[in-house]
Amino acid sequence: MIAADFLVAQNVGFGIVAIIMVVSALRVVTSNNVVHAALWLVLVLASVAAQYVLLAAEFLAVTQVLVYIGAVMVLFLFGTMLTRASIGAETDLNNKNWFIAVPVAVILLATMIIALNDGFGNEKMPNDAPVVTTQQVSDQIFGPYLLPFWALSFVLLAATVGAIVLSRRD
Amino acid sequence: MLVNQFLMLGAVLFCIGVYGVIVRKNAVMVLMSIELILNAVNINLLAFALRNGSVDGHTFALYVIAVAAAEVGVGLAMVLLMYRNRRSIGLDELSEMKG
Repeated sequence: MIAADFLVAQNVGFGIVAIIMVVSALRVVTSNNVVHAALWLVLVLASVAAQYVLLAAEFLAVTQVLVYIGAVMVLFLFGTMLTRASIGAETDLNNKNWFIAVPVAVILLATMIIALNDGFGNEKMPNDAPVVTTQQVSDQIFGPYLLPFWALSFVLLAATVGAIVLSRRD
Repeated sequence: MLVNQFLMLGAVLFCIGVYGVIVRKNAVMVLMSIELILNAVNINLLAFALRNGSVDGHTFALYVIAVAAAEVGVGLAMVLLMYRNRRSIGLDELSEMKG
């Protein structure tokens, strides 16, 4: 592996987006303010959408922006506003077992990095891969994966009914 | 681009999410960390889709996004219910099952 491998424009873009993503993700899990954490999460989700574009998945990138940044973030902000009267910083967001959490996360990461290095090494992505079109994705969903799609429709129906039942006042 | 750079990024995001799930006390923050984990899985699915030149990964990434939306809806409804009954959403105060 030589340095010229890393100077392709895609790799530069990947590096910038990856740094933004990791820093924002760390802020999500360390921030003392619920609303700030939600806004950092927006940055993480937008970076994930940018990575989808790099991975030649434009339909998924648009869906990520619409569903996650559009709908899920509004749900999170509503949940925050409805359960907390105060918007300012709070001190009791974390519990006492960070001394378990840090080793678990670090050991998990080390294991995965060793396994990935063993398994894939310097294998390269195909350079001339075509962008996956929306038509191909929909052919998959309404062709061989129709049954999971139906199951997913029932999951969404059950989730909608369940959310209404749980949150209505009797 | 290497295959590994996307997989490693997914691994880092996954571990940050696991840390958040363990260390957070606020139920809304735990749900946010779960979103981090699900996004890490999606990056992996799409990386393998590009590597193998197939479209299956895209389909399953879409399904993961839909399941995540449903999960957030039900999860936040449960958090609201918890807040209404106990005036608190601290997960360490839910100790009825301890006996």
